[in-house]
Amino acid sequence: MMMHSLNKHARMLTAGAALSLLLMAGAPAFAETPADTLVEGWAIDDIITMDPGEAFELSTAEVTANTYSYLVRLDLNDTSKVVGDLAESWTVSDDGLTYTFKLKPGLKFASGNPVTAEDVAYSFERVVKLDKSPAFILTQFGLTGDNVTEKAKAADETTFVFTVDKAYAPSFVLNCLTATVGSVVDKKVVLEHVKAVTPSEEYKYDNDFGNEWLKTGYAGSGAFTMREWRANEVVVMERNDNYYGEKAPLARVIYRHMKESSGQRLALEAGDIDVARNLEPGDFDAVAKNGDLKTTSAPKGTLYYFSLNQKNQNLAKPEVAEAFKYLVDYDAIGSTLIKGIGEIHQTFLPKGVLGELDENPYKLDVAKAKELLAKAGLADGFSVTMDVRNTQPITGIAESIQQTLAQANIKMEIIPGDGKQTLTKYRARTHDIYIGQWGQDYFDPNSNAETFTVNPDNSDEGKVKTLAWRNAWDVPKEWTEQSKAALLEKDAAKRAEMYKDLQKKVLANSPFVIIFQQTEVAGYRGNLKGFKLGPSFDTNYVFNVSKE
Amino acid sequence: MSEISQPAPMSRREWLMSDRPQSRLQARLGRAYMTWRRFSANRLAVAGLGIILLLILVAVFADALAPHSPVVGNLAGARLLPPGSEGYLLGTDDQGRDILSRLLHGSRLTLLVIVLVAIIAAPIGLLVGAVSGYAGGWVDAVLMRITDIFFAFPKLVLALAFVAAMGPGIQNAIIAIAITSWPPYARIARAETLTVRNSDYIAAVRLMGASPFRIVLRHVMPMCVSSLIVRVTLDMAGIILTAAGLGFLGLGAQPPLPEWGAMIAAGRRFILDQWWVATMPGIAILVVSLGFNLLGDGLRDALDPRESGK
Amino acid sequence: MTLPETTQLAGRRRARANGWAGNALRFLVIIVTTYLGLLAVTFFIGRVIPIDPVLAILGDRAPTHVVERTRELLGFNKPLYQQFYIYVRDALTGNFGTSVLTTNPVMADIRRVFPATLELATLGTIIGSLIGVPLGVLAAVKRGSIADQIVRVIGLVGYSVPIFWLALLSLLLFYARLKWVAFPGRIDIVYEYSFTPVTGLYLIDSAWQGQWDVFRDVFRHIILPAGLLGYFSLAYISRMTRSFMLNELAQEYIVAARAKGLSESRIIWVHALRNAAVPLVTVIALSYAGLLEGSVLTETVFAWPGLGLYITNSLQNADMNAVLGGTIVIGSVFIAINILSDLLYRTLDPRTRAR
Repeated sequence: MMMHSLNKHARMLTAGAALSLLLMAGAPAFAETPADTLVEGWAIDDIITMDPGEAFELSTAEVTANTYSYLVRLDLNDTSKVVGDLAESWTVSDDGLTYTFKLKPGLKFASGNPVTAEDVAYSFERVVKLDKSPAFILTQFGLTGDNVTEKAKAADETTFVFTVDKAYAPSFVLNCLTATVGSVVDKKVVLEHVKAVTPSEEYKYDNDFGNEWLKTGYAGSGAFTMREWRANEVVVMERNDNYYGEKAPLARVIYRHMKESSGQRLALEAGDIDVARNLEPGDFDAVAKNGDLKTTSAPKGTLYYFSLNQKNQNLAKPEVAEAFKYLVDYDAIGSTLIKGIGEIHQTFLPKGVLGELDENPYKLDVAKAKELLAKAGLADGFSVTMDVRNTQPITGIAESIQQTLAQANIKMEIIPGDGKQTLTKYRARTHDIYIGQWGQDYFDPNSNAETFTVNPDNSDEGKVKTLAWRNAWDVPKEWTEQSKAALLEKDAAKRAEMYKDLQKKVLANSPFVIIFQQTEVAGYRGNLKGFKLGPSFDTNYVFNVSKE
Repeated sequence: MSEISQPAPMSRREWLMSDRPQSRLQARLGRAYMTWRRFSANRLAVAGLGIILLLILVAVFADALAPHSPVVGNLAGARLLPPGSEGYLLGTDDQGRDILSRLLHGSRLTLLVIVLVAIIAAPIGLLVGAVSGYAGGWVDAVLMRITDIFFAFPKLVLALAFVAAMGPGIQNAIIAIAITSWPPYARIARAETLTVRNSDYIAAVRLMGASPFRIVLRHVMPMCVSSLIVRVTLDMAGIILTAAGLGFLGLGAQPPLPEWGAMIAAGRRFILDQWWVATMPGIAILVVSLGFNLLGDGLRDALDPRESGK
Repeated sequence: MTLPETTQLAGRRRARANGWAGNALRFLVIIVTTYLGLLAVTFFIGRVIPIDPVLAILGDRAPTHVVERTRELLGFNKPLYQQFYIYVRDALTGNFGTSVLTTNPVMADIRRVFPATLELATLGTIIGSLIGVPLGVLAAVKRGSIADQIVRVIGLVGYSVPIFWLALLSLLLFYARLKWVAFPGRIDIVYEYSFTPVTGLYLIDSAWQGQWDVFRDVFRHIILPAGLLGYFSLAYISRMTRSFMLNELAQEYIVAARAKGLSESRIIWVHALRNAAVPLVTVIALSYAGLLEGSVLTETVFAWPGLGLYITNSLQNADMNAVLGGTIVIGSVFIAINILSDLLYRTLDPRTRAR
């Protein structure tokens, strides 16, 4: 009897299990994304705002580039040039101070409102007055909250006039305007959403220029509209039917937050996503070998480096800095940890930028390093720490460096942390060694030249907090001067030579050990057409992509 | 019974099993022997004990047993080799390190975590519980209120928050686990204290003029130790799993330390093509914590047959 | 996974219970003190954390002058006690502030993510109870048999296995190799815009709206993580069931029932189990609370957009508003479940009912 009743229960259980199995077995083995929708798996946890006047993150750059228009854009065929976006044409005055842009006729925002020079002027005004992270890209031309309405001004409905404070190289000014901070917002729409603010010492204006609303809102005129952003989950873009250019073939693009490379690869293989954006070397290889899938890659302007804080007495010795350059196993790292996702690169200007210098003189050479350390009086080595953010390939590279340093008796302890943790220390100059990446702020050699070679005040109170400052490196005055002079050099060839010379100096004698330049890779399903990665993070366009 | 005037010569076993112990020592040994007999009759429990002893041996002789360095690998030549490769019994990880050597050395970290957590958490719980139970009144109310708060707190979340605040690392992980695991010990110590507090023995000590501080420290706390030890043993598997969980989230031991949870996290990236990198340390954790659970389970059964299965 | 530790709490409260008013007061004291404790601890952690909270708001690349201005605007340069006062005052009025990570009010975020965790933990508990209770009964009835030993080992392995590891391997097996279950997450992106959840419990919502294709998709997403959580709760529930049943089966009324000639199955399933059910309710409730908390690691592996993932993400980004809100919600659920199981115990237990 007892067994009988137990069996009854067992039967019920098996029935339940069978039911769930049926439910599962009936499911299709191969999922597919809708024909009019592109689904990308991508780590988008860096996004903190969608306001183009505030956003400065790499993932946001791609979304902004696809959903907003600028005056000018980078020419993808020749990245040392720019082409008109909203602007039909532009002229530079003879004194090099006044830039006049003529807008294309009949432009509309996604809302249906016309795009006017007034909107452009308002976009500049709000960026300068809000003064958020990327604002310096515009304010470095002498714009302030007090003069912006004069210096960035609508002359008439379709004419915008921009006045700079020095006769900069025009390539520099135009390059800066291709940054996402130059996005033109729909003034009418934004004005409907401004929030009143009590003016204060720190913020002198009575409204927030729609900043709070634009963090998740949208007021642009790009090929796509930004429909929704949910932090760490998803970004959804939809086709903008009011777009002035060629309409995008796809109705919708969804960026789905996925952190793990292996997860992205799995989902790509299963057809749950169309594009995988953060593939690591092993997974990238596997995708490349899969007949249903394709891969693409493009070098990006991001450098991975480690730097030695000059406040540390051991690290401040020039021989030690040089020894470190010989204590990285560039070849092994290049052929394993960053295979396919980066190329060994030791100079501070990435490939593709005006003035690039392709020289990689350093190799792993423990004997040479030991010699240098002995010269510095540190033949027995020393102990040092390295702040490492918890992401690949940085962690893997740090572990490899830890092992090669040990061969020269340098005991390196890894202090891991979240990106924001390590960065907090780095900015406070309390690290020994910092390993991380540096991405160009805008597509111009000055962005990197400035951060690696300019440090006018090396005290803790220094106002110009470049990477040189963060490592307490007192840059020779002539180098700083040379970097600034290059900014005003109108002859592009001469300008390039000046940057090449600077790079040689930094390569030979600086606390920066630059290891590689990032190659962005993506795996995508074979039925996608027109999927490409651009030369920078804000040129990864999806409006040409279609599905077969 | 009275007919037996001269006790017959006893075997050692009979002496231990005697229901009329002649000395306190004999009684104690006898009880221990009975416990051991009950314990050793449970084959699963003995297996558990075997696993733990093996763990300790491996930890002690890790240097001799490990065929390779646990931290220095061969990045260029031996990366992600499968198990059974020449010289690498369990394969290698993404830095070209021998997984077997890392597992063997990792046993030391596992033991370190367990021992330190026990050393930190048990005395805290003991002190709080004993003071609370002995003092009574508002001291009891306040201390137990604090204990309740820690009970109501989500444990793992608290440990996570703590490690995030203090910075990741094996020391902080140990402290975080200790901080979240003392409340049950306080409960037990308090309950034990309440039972001995009004005993004649304590009353006598009090009459002799001992200070409350001395009473708690010298007379109450020792009474609670034995039940605490059983409880701590039972908790060890949980401690191992929590430590591994923190390691998995990147908040525990840091590279290049061969902590098993962190090894799983590192292997996660290669799970599709190199399954062994994440699988091996998982098996190690499973086996060791299963060992502790089997041991604890058997111990409880042996110590208190009525409670078996609870 | 750690075992719910609150059994003793319930027991102690039971022993001291004297009437509803006394209970209500006690619970109130517990709630108030726990909340203050939560606030103090989270505030402390938020200030000690070596991440600049301003960086979390502005991102990695903000220039320094912007960082410093924001710090002043947000009041991070005020004295600590003032900050704590503001913190407690806001929290007491139900204002947990805005998450810097998502820019939404924290409560809005939690309302969105909590149902995901709730649905997962609930299904896990249902699976765990439906399998765990019969297994426990079987083990008790056939005490010492092979079946008993097997149930015991199943339970002990459940206590011993690292959940995130098992989750990884099962994902590898069931998703990557066998393709039985769906990708990590709650629902396919295909349905995300054709399906409007009402309660946030997708299984119920889709069934209610008669969208069976959505239901099937949701089921394929939830079954693996829920099954895993179910296994952990099964380990606990089957052990406790066995122990309670052994207790009951040794009681005199069982002997009497046997003497009366009642069928064995009636004795086991009706008489013994009904009495064992009383403490079992507490056990299941506590394992439920344990799953709500313990889903942190599972949610990480399965990218399940629930409270556990929300808290871990927020912690890593120094988004302390969100961490506080999330922690308080989990704490509240813990307290609520404790009180509920206590009340249930009281209602079900014939001895306390009689009094």
